[in-house]
Amino acid sequence: MEKAISVKAMIEEKKSKAGIRRITEKVIPFILFLLAFVSVLTTAGIISTLVYETVLFFREVSFTEFFGTTELKPLSPVEPKFSILPLLTGTIMISLVAMAVAVPVGLATAVFLSEYASDSTRKMLKPVLEVLAGIPTIVYGFFAFTFVTPVLRELIPGLQATNALSPGIVMGIMIIPMVASLSEDAMNSVPNVMREGALALGSTKLEVTLRVVIPAAISGIIASFVLGVSRAIGETMIVTIASGSSKNLTFDLTQSMQTMTAYIVEVTSGDAASGTTAYYSLYAVAFTLFIFTLLMNLLARYISRRYREVY
Amino acid sequence: MKYIDLDTVNKRMTTRILINKLVKYLFLAATLFGLIVLAVLLYRVFADTIGWLNLDFLTNRLSTIPENAGIKGAITGTLWLMLIVGPVTMILGVGTAVYLEEYAKRGRLHSFIQTNINNLAGVPSIVFGLLGLTVFVRVLGFGTSVIAGGLTMSLLVLPIVVVAAQEAIRSVPGFLREASFGMGATKWQTIKNIVLPAALPGILTGTILALSRAIGETAPLVALGIPALLIPIPSGIFDNFTALPMQIYYWTLDSVLVDEYANLAAATILVLLIILFLMNSVAIILRNKFQKRY
Amino acid sequence: MSAVTVTDNRNKTVYSDELRRNIVEIESGKRVYETKSLNLWYGKDHALKNINLPIQENEVTAIIGPSGCGKSTYLKTLNRMVELVSGVRVSGEILYKGRNILDKNYKVEELRTRVGMVFQKPNPFPKSIFENVAYGPKIHGIRNKKLLHEIVENSLRGAAIWDEVKDRLHENAYGLSGGQQQRLCIARCLAIEPDVILMDEPTSALDPVSTLKVEELVQNLKKDYSIVIVTHNMQQAARISSSTAFFLHGEVIEYGNTDHIFSTPDDKRTEDYISGRFG
Repeated sequence: MEKAISVKAMIEEKKSKAGIRRITEKVIPFILFLLAFVSVLTTAGIISTLVYETVLFFREVSFTEFFGTTELKPLSPVEPKFSILPLLTGTIMISLVAMAVAVPVGLATAVFLSEYASDSTRKMLKPVLEVLAGIPTIVYGFFAFTFVTPVLRELIPGLQATNALSPGIVMGIMIIPMVASLSEDAMNSVPNVMREGALALGSTKLEVTLRVVIPAAISGIIASFVLGVSRAIGETMIVTIASGSSKNLTFDLTQSMQTMTAYIVEVTSGDAASGTTAYYSLYAVAFTLFIFTLLMNLLARYISRRYREVY
Repeated sequence: MKYIDLDTVNKRMTTRILINKLVKYLFLAATLFGLIVLAVLLYRVFADTIGWLNLDFLTNRLSTIPENAGIKGAITGTLWLMLIVGPVTMILGVGTAVYLEEYAKRGRLHSFIQTNINNLAGVPSIVFGLLGLTVFVRVLGFGTSVIAGGLTMSLLVLPIVVVAAQEAIRSVPGFLREASFGMGATKWQTIKNIVLPAALPGILTGTILALSRAIGETAPLVALGIPALLIPIPSGIFDNFTALPMQIYYWTLDSVLVDEYANLAAATILVLLIILFLMNSVAIILRNKFQKRY
Repeated sequence: MSAVTVTDNRNKTVYSDELRRNIVEIESGKRVYETKSLNLWYGKDHALKNINLPIQENEVTAIIGPSGCGKSTYLKTLNRMVELVSGVRVSGEILYKGRNILDKNYKVEELRTRVGMVFQKPNPFPKSIFENVAYGPKIHGIRNKKLLHEIVENSLRGAAIWDEVKDRLHENAYGLSGGQQQRLCIARCLAIEPDVILMDEPTSALDPVSTLKVEELVQNLKKDYSIVIVTHNMQQAARISSSTAFFLHGEVIEYGNTDHIFSTPDDKRTEDYISGRFG
């Protein structure tokens, strides 16, 4: 005889499997925790790798040589020299060029999109910025090397084939979408009643923007600049391709300069055998780079949290 | 008493309004700057590609003779890479997101993991390359294989997936959860049967964006020591491989030696951009299709 | 890029009989605004229908009516703030001191310098109290520190808030209470020495005590300024205004002396509204 099908009976029957279910309910959170812990392990891995090899490096090279001298000749067979200063100036100079492009253009873009553009214009322009942000950096590197540098060399006679100016400009272009979209977010969060208040006093849109909106959104805007700098410091491919590998300490933008990231690429893909001082030096440089970008990111978050305006 | 003199105010008014107009066009020009650069960049790539991108280019193996060179190996390598990065980031990312959103108590551990993920998102990609070099290439002995590259890339883009999945999970309305609990479902049953399916579009969008970041990244591969030389086409995860961005990198560098390499680089860029475009289109379609269903 | 399209309407202004009679009663005073055949659309929504209305100089004019009757829209048309809404179309004329402000050659910045506005919710800038008041004079080119100080003090006195804030002028305006913030916004408005002050339900977000202070302030201001106040609160309209206009479904139903409107309205709908039978 067939049993009458009852939902209740089926639930009762299922309850016999409750034991398994109870175990599942206990085990799942633990598995998920382990998955979440991978990100912590990643950070731990990065830090321990960098620290371990950096310590080995500083056994051979003194702190004062690394930060206090100006010569970098890692592969010199006679007398290798290890100073990070040429790489630091290279990184800073190129980042300055990048920010000189990204800050004004990015901020102006943000102002236009948030304060002047109509909804339809904004809807048309924002995807373009997103596309610009989605282009791989290697493509920007190609662009800098095969297009921007030749064009600039027509304009500036003394410009070398690899130089700081061209990758700096292209890197700035790459960062524009980031500065623009973060600044725009900050400006968008300024309540409209504030704009109305200023307009009702006879302000022009420009005055509203400069005197009310930007001051009110300043923390978010500055944070976007800091994140832009962090991005510039960590960017690798554009500079590896277009700024060359000169390790001279110089402030001349027409010259080739090496950044910290480009140095890491050069040493990892070059001849420095594992275990040599030159090899360890890349970790010391990478550690410095890591600290720099980490501080920038923490600073950006601190600024946007600490100085968040109360409306 | 009157402080504000109407005549002066009106005289200034004309200038102020004029400046506002001018500056508006300045802002517009700045906004269009990005558009123009994009156009020039694309034009440049197209112009260099013409005559080089054809079926042979896609199906030929690498060659030092530009006319014979093809990117079959790089395309295969990039596909292998996606095959690793996709599932790995999805499992790790969604697992992390579910843990943070549904299980972890809001406390020190929660904020520690969250902060950690935020910080990881800001670590330069080259540093991830060094981590991969030490852990996957050397310590675990994977060499410059697909799995080493794939795992390195997975860790690099993990924060993107985690954040996207967290947002997707958070946007699942509470009444769905309550309805499930109300019928006697356990927490995991609710997550598995209600929350994750509802959050799936957001999770997929995030994963696709992460994948498109991963296949364009070059620096970590360079740090791992991935070659772009004549290597056999990979057929498994432990085979050596090369990828599209590596190919672009070497051809760009060597365009100083052989002019035609610039064309090969441009053609490869176009292939990469088309792949990225297709992936992003899928992401956008997903996003629009499933937006605001509740 | 004005969103407003102006059609030059040369139709003769047609007042209804009652309206004409009431206007004649208060004809003696000078008019600061004269609205003629004003129509306004938000997209397809006809929000203001053939409005004809004068605003008397140095008086308080109250605009009353149920929600959505167009009273705030009308107020915002008087300083063209309504243009901020996209898709707005306007026809007709609003003469401000004889010039049509809806003319596209009329500079909004100039108009808004002459016509101040106080909003429903206090909206000070996230700056110090001093900077809030000094904002207007500064954009009009006053840089002299001493002069600015005088303007700020006078404006704050004028808004009856000086004594409360004189020791904390450089603190953030958001440290003030809601009522103080609203009086600060009035001070900010006074600092540019306008002729007209438009008030859009200025006390709706305030507690009763603050409301009373703002009302007292409005009473004191009317000798120097023409004030147009939109209010939900009929007692308020009755207490502080000398003329009242009743709006319903985008039309002016009745306009006249406040006493007259609140005691013996000519229109049944006005009576219904005032006596609380609807709205």
